[in-house]
Amino acid sequence: MFFKAENYRHPAFMEAVRDLAPQAPGVAAWGLMTGVAMVNSGLSVVESIAMTLFVYAGSSQLAALPLIAAGAPAWIILATGFCVNLRFMVFSLHLRQYLMHLPRLERMLHGYLTADLSYVMFTRRFPNPSEAPEDQLTQAASLAGNTLVVWGSWIVASFFGIFLAKAIPTSWGLGFAGTLCLVGILCSLASTRMRIFAAGVAAVTAIAAYHLPLKLNIVIAIGVAVVLSMSLERFQKMRERQTA
Amino acid sequence: MSFFEGTDFWTLAVIAGLTGITVLTRSFFFFSSEEWALPDWAQRGLQYAPIAAMAAVVLPEVLMQQGQFLQTWMDARWMGAAVGAAVYFWRRDVLLTIVAGMLAYLPLHLLLGW
Repeated sequence: MFFKAENYRHPAFMEAVRDLAPQAPGVAAWGLMTGVAMVNSGLSVVESIAMTLFVYAGSSQLAALPLIAAGAPAWIILATGFCVNLRFMVFSLHLRQYLMHLPRLERMLHGYLTADLSYVMFTRRFPNPSEAPEDQLTQAASLAGNTLVVWGSWIVASFFGIFLAKAIPTSWGLGFAGTLCLVGILCSLASTRMRIFAAGVAAVTAIAAYHLPLKLNIVIAIGVAVVLSMSLERFQKMRERQTA
Repeated sequence: MSFFEGTDFWTLAVIAGLTGITVLTRSFFFFSSEEWALPDWAQRGLQYAPIAAMAAVVLPEVLMQQGQFLQTWMDARWMGAAVGAAVYFWRRDVLLTIVAGMLAYLPLHLLLGW
């Protein structure tokens, strides 16, 4: 995490900060609208600040707001948050090899701070985990710089949203900047045919399964895309071997 | 408005619970310190998780309206996203993607109400 000297003194830290800087406005627009949404749903200022600082998960925050406003039972709100966050479990499985050399508390802090954008940008920068200690240090420092930018821009923008809630109508649609940020990242990942295939499968699945409750369509889409891409990869290898 | 106005214990407890959910899901596989490695095929499969996650989050957001696939082409979101994607492939810059997409989206959305 970013407050540890061996991370923030490492050159990979600043490199990650520079890499993530172009994404910051998108994250900020999203955080701003989430701040506005929290106050408009009826949360008090203190509650909104607490949610921003501690929950730190935009989609689960937004999913919880109408339920809190309606006075839904707590277990339903938590179950909703859990299902909306299921994709993070896939991310943590993927990041395991990158971080297992760290002590438990430290890797859990890294995990807690790694939201969607940080995960995607980190695995794009480092496609493979390393076994060499100096490379492991580089990767941890890079993840720390990366999460600092995302965390910082999200928190600051959310605070602006909370305090300016009455002045920023949601109908302006500023939150769309967050979607556009993800559009840019999606395009940057579409570098091979297999990846474009995976994106297509995930998109079709997510749209087809949209009516599932609790945003389960997202994690199901990831699962289907991963399994189908993997199978296609194997099938292609088998065919290559047969023709060779 | 007073700072604490409308703050109640139940809501703060729910927020604490949601914080626990974030910690649990984001560091689910970091908790155990036991040595185990994913089989090679699973590790390779996970390479597709980042782009799948992005596509699964973004495309319904852009191509659907009120839970339905777009019924009309007059929608500012897919147009903004298309302009953004085109600019990305032209300049390879996420910041420009955001700016260009918003420049296409905002007039359509605010002036035409798409």
